[in-house]
Amino acid sequence: MLSEKSKFKITLLNQKALALKIIIFSSLLIGLIFAFLLDLALGSVDIPINEVVKILLGQETEKATWANIVLKFRLPKALTATLAGAALGVSGLQMQTLFKNPLAGPFVLGISSGASLGVALVVLTASATTPTLLADLGYLGDFGLVIAASLGAASVLGIMLVVSRRVQDTMTLLILGLLFGYATSAIVSILLQFSSKERIQSYIMWTFGSFAGVTWRQLVVLTPVILLSLFLAVLQSKSLNTLLLGESYARSLGLTVQKTRFSILTSASILAGAITAFCGPIAFLGVAIPHLCRSFFNTSDHRILIPSVTIMGAILALIADLFSQLWVSQMVLPLNAVTALIGTPVVTWVILRRNSQKSFPS
Amino acid sequence: MNDAILTTHNLTIGYKTSRKTVRCVASDISVSLLAGELVCLLGPNGAGKSTLLRSLAGMQPPIAGEVRLLGENIYKLAPQELAKRLSLVLTEKVDVGMLSAYTLVSLGRYPYTDWWGNLTPQDEAIVNWAIKSVGAVHLAPRQVSELSDGERQKIMIARALAQSPIVMLLDEPTAFLDLPRRVEIMQLLRQLARETNQAILLSTHDLDLALRLADKVWLLATNGILHIGAPEDLVLSGAFADTFKSEGVEFDIASGEFHLHIPYKGEVNVMGESIASVWTIRALKRAGFQVYQSKNDLQTSIEVISNSKQFLWKITNNHNIYTYNSLSEIIKFLNLL
Repeated sequence: MLSEKSKFKITLLNQKALALKIIIFSSLLIGLIFAFLLDLALGSVDIPINEVVKILLGQETEKATWANIVLKFRLPKALTATLAGAALGVSGLQMQTLFKNPLAGPFVLGISSGASLGVALVVLTASATTPTLLADLGYLGDFGLVIAASLGAASVLGIMLVVSRRVQDTMTLLILGLLFGYATSAIVSILLQFSSKERIQSYIMWTFGSFAGVTWRQLVVLTPVILLSLFLAVLQSKSLNTLLLGESYARSLGLTVQKTRFSILTSASILAGAITAFCGPIAFLGVAIPHLCRSFFNTSDHRILIPSVTIMGAILALIADLFSQLWVSQMVLPLNAVTALIGTPVVTWVILRRNSQKSFPS
Repeated sequence: MNDAILTTHNLTIGYKTSRKTVRCVASDISVSLLAGELVCLLGPNGAGKSTLLRSLAGMQPPIAGEVRLLGENIYKLAPQELAKRLSLVLTEKVDVGMLSAYTLVSLGRYPYTDWWGNLTPQDEAIVNWAIKSVGAVHLAPRQVSELSDGERQKIMIARALAQSPIVMLLDEPTAFLDLPRRVEIMQLLRQLARETNQAILLSTHDLDLALRLADKVWLLATNGILHIGAPEDLVLSGAFADTFKSEGVEFDIASGEFHLHIPYKGEVNVMGESIASVWTIRALKRAGFQVYQSKNDLQTSIEVISNSKQFLWKITNNHNIYTYNSLSEIIKFLNLL
């Protein structure tokens, strides 16, 4: 057995690390609340934060319109951003561990391409028969778009899951996902070629991404789906940790790799697919957030990463949403441009750091 | 105490190359691994050592026959039950990202812990014991990515130990290590087999170390025949020489080493019995000369003169005498003759 001294040292080390983790977690939570309130307060009309809190608590405010703005528009948007950030982050984390690839994200399986194809099919072809529908499709958040994107994402997901049961090698799956993505974007560009300007415009609007289109009625669907999948991800923590050792070792530790992979792919695809369907394909958040959390907590332990990625993802998505409307009043920047501007430096930093100290699976 | 732990009956191993054709690697293997025994699996590249190990580990279904672990067919055991009895160390370098060595070893408790992977005090005691057994207490708090290859392999062995197995299979655990580290790991494994009464089977290319440390050697030849026995028995029966026979390389039964077969460049006589003369002989052999000792009728003769500070080589060639102060100069001189 270990000497008392070294045992004491290890316990002390653990306690110190634990205290540090609690501090980081609490500050993350405070950051989340702050970002959430800020997202409710700022926009085309700035509302003082204490008034926002009053509105949330159901109290009377100075101006009746404020309550209307917060409850009808900004609150569903902020909730969507929170869910989207958490979902994309966790989905990215799952993919990075499963594929042992630091640049894997929620979309490596071709899920966003599937969703894009669904949307492209609806926007660019179906509306030709019903010209009046075109006007509605120009706005994000139309249920038709959501259904098309969901169907597209779900069919790709379905194909990938079937393939994953037959293909032994995870790398093959990754490559198939990428190839699938190329094929779908090819079909989309052919569709674009034959479409009118207005239709292309509305398709491109969808690809910009936005949290603003999600209504309360849609949130009733989105919220339980995301929460359930996040819960599933929490249950996978132990298996994900084992997968860090690679599939052979994981199997030798008694993990049924096929079954685990199926469950990870299912939850990751639902997380990414549902968000893409409702908010458009949002780039970079899913890749960048897990890396940020790994370096914050200095660990790859999923029991710490999954909760921290959830919170960090929500914060970053809220910040991205804030940024997208702060620059020019009355105008909203494309969300995807903002997330890319936040995400690129993070991913760059990850790659450069990897070169200098090799801290992540290669 | 010498109970058979892992046994095979008429095991035929191989893999499917396509849907219909099966490539058979070795057939009719009936062997057993005993408790407390260190067995080395040797064989030339491509003989199927890894396939055999994978089949014994339950990772690759056999073509025929069966593998029994304490009487139970391992292909019928639940994965988790198998993991409690059998653990693996593989050649591949694992890159686990940011985990401390301690956390990595504690993953070995996976088959025993609850859904969240919480360690009970008993689990922690076993993890600590495993880390101490491989002599890695000082490595425990460090990040795995910062460890050297040898240190990481020790941690991987500790992880396999933490599974509390009765059999440990290791696929070329010393492949990436330098010689001192290889000796260290092999000795560690031998000691673990003795102390824990586990059966340990490892594949390796280190014939020399295997011959010195293994209780038993399994020699897998390219023709699929598995020779089993004490290392020395296999040397004497000629199985060693047969298995590793290839062009230009020969197994020397007298020294237990492999020799390159190159035509001799000349004959040299070496005088003296000191350490310096031993190394002189080695240098000359390496340079491709046939070396004799105390055979005074040869044309070329070398005498090693050592005083407390340095060595001198006096070389007599056709009654001319030259003196050099390094072996590289001697070899250069001989090559010019």
